[in-house]
Amino acid sequence: MPQRDVVETEAGAGEAPLSPPTVDQPQPVTATASAATRGTGFRWQSLGRWEVALVAFVIATVLFGSAESHYFLSGGDLFDFGLNIGPIALMALPLTFIVMTGEIDLSVASTLGLACSLLGYLFEHGWPLPLAILTVLAMGVVTGTFNGILVTHLGLPSLAVTIGTLTLYRGIAEIILGSSSVTGFPNSYDKVGTSPIPGTQFTWTLGIFIVLAVVFGVVLHATPLGRSLYAIGLNKDTAFFSGIRVKRIKLLLYTLSGVICAGAGILWTFQYASSRYDAGTGLELDVVTVVLFGGISIFGGKGTIIGVIMAVCVIGGIQSALTLINVSAQAQEVVTGCLLIISVVLPNSGAALGEWRARWVRAVPRRS
Amino acid sequence: MIATAPGRWRHLAKVFFGAREVSILIVVLAVFGLTTAYNTSFADVLSVQQLLVGASVMMILAVGETMVIITRNVDLSIGSVLGISAYAVGDIFLHNPHFPVILGFVAGAGVGMLCGVVNGAIVVVARVPSLVVTLGTLYAIRGLDAIFVNGIQINPSSIPNSFLAVGYETILGVPWIFIIAAILVLLVGYVMRAFRPARDLYAIGSDPDAAVLAGVPARRRVFFTFVLSGTIAGFAGGLWLSEFATVSSVAGLGYELLVIAGVVVGGVAIFGGSGTVLGAALGVILLNTINQALVALRISSFWDEALAGALLITAIAFDRYVFLRRERANRARIAAHATA
Amino acid sequence: MTSEVTDNGDRNGAPEPAPTAAATAPVLVLEHVVKSFGAVHALSDGSIELYPGEAHALVGENGAGKSTLVKILAGVHRPDSGLLTLGGKALSLSGPAAARAAGIAVIYQEPTLFPDLSVAENIFIGRQPLRSWRRIDWAAMNEVVTAVLARLGVHLDISTLARGLSVADQQIVEIAKALSFDARVIVMDEPTAALSNAEVERLFEVIATLRAQGGAVLFISHRLSDVFKTCQRVTVMRDGRSVMSDDISNVTVESIIRAMVGRDISALFPKTPGVFGEEVLHVEHLTREGVFTDISLDVHAGEIVALSGLMGAGRSEVARAIFGIDGRDAGKVVLNGAVIPAGSPTTSMAAGMGFVPEDRRQQGLVMNMAIDHNIALASLNPLSRYRLIRRSAETNMASDWATRLRLKYGRLRDTAATLSGGNQQKAVLAKWLARQPSLLIVDEPTRGIDVGTKAEVHRLLDEVAHQGVAVLMISSELPEVLGMADRILVLREGRIAAEFSQDEADEALIMRAATGQLARSSAVGR
Repeated sequence: MPQRDVVETEAGAGEAPLSPPTVDQPQPVTATASAATRGTGFRWQSLGRWEVALVAFVIATVLFGSAESHYFLSGGDLFDFGLNIGPIALMALPLTFIVMTGEIDLSVASTLGLACSLLGYLFEHGWPLPLAILTVLAMGVVTGTFNGILVTHLGLPSLAVTIGTLTLYRGIAEIILGSSSVTGFPNSYDKVGTSPIPGTQFTWTLGIFIVLAVVFGVVLHATPLGRSLYAIGLNKDTAFFSGIRVKRIKLLLYTLSGVICAGAGILWTFQYASSRYDAGTGLELDVVTVVLFGGISIFGGKGTIIGVIMAVCVIGGIQSALTLINVSAQAQEVVTGCLLIISVVLPNSGAALGEWRARWVRAVPRRS
Repeated sequence: MIATAPGRWRHLAKVFFGAREVSILIVVLAVFGLTTAYNTSFADVLSVQQLLVGASVMMILAVGETMVIITRNVDLSIGSVLGISAYAVGDIFLHNPHFPVILGFVAGAGVGMLCGVVNGAIVVVARVPSLVVTLGTLYAIRGLDAIFVNGIQINPSSIPNSFLAVGYETILGVPWIFIIAAILVLLVGYVMRAFRPARDLYAIGSDPDAAVLAGVPARRRVFFTFVLSGTIAGFAGGLWLSEFATVSSVAGLGYELLVIAGVVVGGVAIFGGSGTVLGAALGVILLNTINQALVALRISSFWDEALAGALLITAIAFDRYVFLRRERANRARIAAHATA
Repeated sequence: MTSEVTDNGDRNGAPEPAPTAAATAPVLVLEHVVKSFGAVHALSDGSIELYPGEAHALVGENGAGKSTLVKILAGVHRPDSGLLTLGGKALSLSGPAAARAAGIAVIYQEPTLFPDLSVAENIFIGRQPLRSWRRIDWAAMNEVVTAVLARLGVHLDISTLARGLSVADQQIVEIAKALSFDARVIVMDEPTAALSNAEVERLFEVIATLRAQGGAVLFISHRLSDVFKTCQRVTVMRDGRSVMSDDISNVTVESIIRAMVGRDISALFPKTPGVFGEEVLHVEHLTREGVFTDISLDVHAGEIVALSGLMGAGRSEVARAIFGIDGRDAGKVVLNGAVIPAGSPTTSMAAGMGFVPEDRRQQGLVMNMAIDHNIALASLNPLSRYRLIRRSAETNMASDWATRLRLKYGRLRDTAATLSGGNQQKAVLAKWLARQPSLLIVDEPTRGIDVGTKAEVHRLLDEVAHQGVAVLMISSELPEVLGMADRILVLREGRIAAEFSQDEADEALIMRAATGQLARSSAVGR
C-alpha cells in the first residue's frame, strides 16, 4: 500500500549528498484542495472544489443581478455584458496558459492599447483596413515575442519584464497617437460595437471568445501541449527532463498572448469606434482577476478553462449588475480588487490554517 | 589585502567608482550637462528647482519600495496609497481649517500605515505572493479613493497656507520638499546600514530559507516593511497635496511603475538581497531628469512612459548580464584551482 | 574556544578549552542510535565517540548511514532510540537551532551562505555586535571576524560578498561562523571534495588549529589519503551500524576498506548472463571543463555498464551530458550510429535514449500529477491521434506498465506523491520504458528504496537488458554495481580511473580505484 511518510523516506534514507535542512514550505496549495489524491488534467473528477464554488458564485451573481434590476439577464443586457467583458475575457485565455506555466504577463492591456493606437494611426494614414489589421496582428507577434525572449532566453523574471513592457508598450502607443484620437472607421467595421452577431445577442468579441475558449479548453485538457503546460507549472525540471521543450513552449505562449491581445485591441477600436493611446488602461487587473478567480493557481500547474469561463460570467455579471444600479466604474474597481485578493487568499488560507494548527501542536511539549 | 598606501587609494577608488550609486550620479550629471548644452535654460535656478521638486515625491516613495523589494517582495499599491492619503489629509483640512500642519502629515502617514498593515497581513499570514496582493490593493484602494474624491471639492483655499508652503517654499534656493525627501533618504539609508533588523531584510531577500534557518524572524520583518512602505506612501500623499494643492482621483496614478523602474535602475535587484536606498533615490532622480530633459529638448512628453519602460527592462537585463558574467568567472576560477 | 561576541543572549561563559592531549572524557557520544524511515532502516546501530582536540573520521559507503547520523547530530531528525550526550549530559535536540545552541555545527558540502552579504555579515547575521543606541558596531564586528579568521590562520577580505568567494573560501567562512557560535563539535561533510590541493592543505592547517584549541572535528570523507593525513581516529559504518572504531595508527587503508565493504552480496538480485549485441552507445573524449575530462566508453545492446566512483567524481554529470541536459565542451556521442548533438534532450529521446534521473522527486516525477499522467509524460505524442490524447490508450498503457512493474498504487489517478519511494522509482522507470528506448541511462536506480523493491528493480533492469536494451547505470552502491553490471567503469575526479569486467571486480578493488589507491589500469585487475 502506498505509504504516507513518503517525505521522510526520501529525505533521510537516501544517501543523497548531505544538504542543509530545508525549511517547511507550504505546498503551493491550490483551490482544488484535495490535491493529495487528485490528479491534474481534464477528468470529470478534476472539477474540484473551486469549480463547484464558482458555480455557486455564478448562481449568486445571477440572483444578485436579477434582484437589483429587471434588465439583468435580458437580451440587451447580455449585449452590454459582452461589450464590457468581451475584451477582458479574450485576453484571459492566453494569460491562463501563461499563468499555468508559472509565469505572468502584465502587458496584456498595454498591448491592446498599442494595437488600438497603431490601427488608428495606420487608418489615418490611408492604409486599407484589412492590411492595417494584419499589420497590427503582426505587431502583436513582435510584442509577444519580445516578452517571450526576455523571459525564456535572457532568463529575466516575468513579473519585472512585463511591468517594463506594460510601461513600454503604453508609452509607444502614446508616442504614436499622442493625445489625439482617431475616429471615422467605416460602418461595416464599427458594427462590432453596435450590433450583435446576427440572430443572437452576443457581441462579436464575446462570440470569438466562446469559440476560442473551446479551442483553448480542448488544447489544455486533451492535447500533449496542454499536458505539458501542467507539467511545466508543477515541476519545470521534470518537464524538461522528460523532453518537454519548456523554453520553446513559453516563448510560444507569450507570442500567442501578444497576437490575441492585439486582436482584442482591434476589436476594441471598432467597438468604441475610436482609437486612443489610453485604450484599455488598467484592464490588466481585470484580466488577472478573471484568470486567478477562475481557479488557475498563481504558482502554476492547476486549474481548468471551465473555471475561467465561469469567472468571466461572475466578474462580468457583477460588473454588469453594478453598472445597472449606477455604481461608478471606480467603485467597481474596488470590487474587482477585492475579488482578486480573495481568489488567492482563499486557497492559501487552507495551507496557512494547517500550518497554524501544526505550530500549535508542536508548541505543546511532547515526550520524545 | 591592501598593503601599501597607494594601493589603498586604488582600492578605494575601485570601490567608489564600481558603486552603482556613483555611476548613476555620473549619468544624471551627464544628462543634465548634455541637455544644458542644447538648451541653456535647463540650468536656470527655476528649472533646477522644478527638477528637484518633481523628483521629491517619487524619491520618498522609492525609500519604502526599496525596503520591500530588498526582501524579494513588491508593493504595487504605493501610488494608490498616496492618492487616498492625499485625499484624507485634504478632507481633514476641508472640515478643520485650523488643523495643525504637522498633524496633517501624521494623519496622511497614518492612513498609509493602515494600508500597509493590510498588505503586510495578507502577504505574511495568508502566504500570498505580494505581486498579486498589492495588485489587488492597488485597484481596491484607488477605487475607494475615486469614490471619496468624487464627492468633495478641494481647492487651495481650503488648505492652510502653512501646509501648502511646504510644497513650494525654498530655503537657500533649495525647495523644502526636496530637503525633506533628501533627509528621509539619508536617514533611512543610514538605518539600513546601522541596525540589525534592517540587515535582516537583506538576508531575507538573498536567501529566504537560509534566513529562516539562521533564526531571522522573516515574517515579522516582511510585515513591517509593508507597513513602512504604506506609511511612507501615506506621508508622500501629504506632500503631494502640499505640492499640488488639490485632490484628484488620479493622484499617484502610475507612480508605482515609475518608482519600481527608478529603484531597479538605481541598483536594487528585483530578486532582492542587494541595493541601497540612496541608489534607488538616484535612480528616481535619473528618470525624472530624463523626463524633464525631454521637455527641455522639445521632445514631446509622450516619450516619458516608453523611456521608463525601456530603462526598466534595460536595467534588469543589465543586472542579469553582470550576474551571469560573474558566475562564469567564478566557475572558471574554481575550475582553474581544481587543476592546480 | 571563547569569542568576544557581545550582548545577544548567545551561549556565554564557554569553558576554557581542554588541553590538547587526549582528555579523558569524550565531548560527544552517540550510543546505539536507531532511525528508520518507513520501511527503510537507515540506522540500526549508530555509535560514535568524539574527544575534544581530535579530528575523527567517519567513513562508509553511500547507504551506510553516515548522512542519517549527521542529520541526527544536526538536529534535523530525532532518533527512534539511542543516546546522544554532549559534554556528559544527555541531549534531545528539538531542531537545528537547538543543535547550534548546544555547540554542534555542521558544514555541508554546499555552503549555505547569503550570496549578497559580505563575509563578516554572513557570520554575524542576526547577532551583530552593537554600540550606542543599538547601532551595529561595524568596527568591532570586523575586528572579531578578522580575529576568528586569524585564529584559523586564514586571510580573507571580509568585505567580499559570499557570492564572489570560491567554494573553499566559503567553507572557511562556514567554519569561522561555527567558531563564532562557540561550537565544540564541527562536523564536516566531504570537505575536500571540491578543493584544489593547495586549498586542501589550507583546510588541514585549519583543522589542526581547531584541534589545538580544544575543538572536535568530525571528518566525513571517502578520501582515505586525506583521512590518514589529518585524523587521529576513525569510525567505519556499514549497513547502518558502526562496525569499527580505532586509532588511525592501528589501521591501514586495507583494513578500513575491508570494514567498509565486507558483506554478503547474495541478498540482491544478480544479473543473469546474456548475449550482447551491437554497439548502441559510443562516447568519445567527452569533456566538460572543470567537471569531467576525456570520457570514452561504449555500451552494447543487452549490456549493463556501471559508472561507479565517489560522489563528486562526475558520474551524473557525464550521464546528463550524454543525454543532453547539460552541454559539453568537447567530444562526440553516437547512438546506433547516429551522432547526437549536444544539449538537446528532445533529440536524444527521439534517437532512442531514456534517462532516469538521480532525484526522482525533483526531476523524475511531477509529484502533484496523477500516476498515469506521469507514466505517459514522455509518450504523449505517440498516444495521440489528430493531436488529441487518447485517454483509453493512455490509461491502458499506464496500467499495463504498472502491472508489469508490479507498481503498488491506490488508483491510477492518484498523484505520484501517494506512492512510496520504491514505487515512485518504478513509475519513473515505467515512463521511460514505455518509450522502448535502445539506451537506458539510470542514475542511482535504487537509492532510498527498501530492500524488497530494490530486488524488483534489479530484476526489471535485468529483463530490460535481456530484451536488447543497452543500460548505462550510475550507482554508488557497490553490491548493486557488482551484482548488476557486466562491466564497471570507475570514475575519479572527472576521469575514468579503471575498468573491470564483472568477473574480476570486487568491492575492495572498486573502492581502491575510486579513492585513488590504484594506479590507472584498464580491464586488468589487481
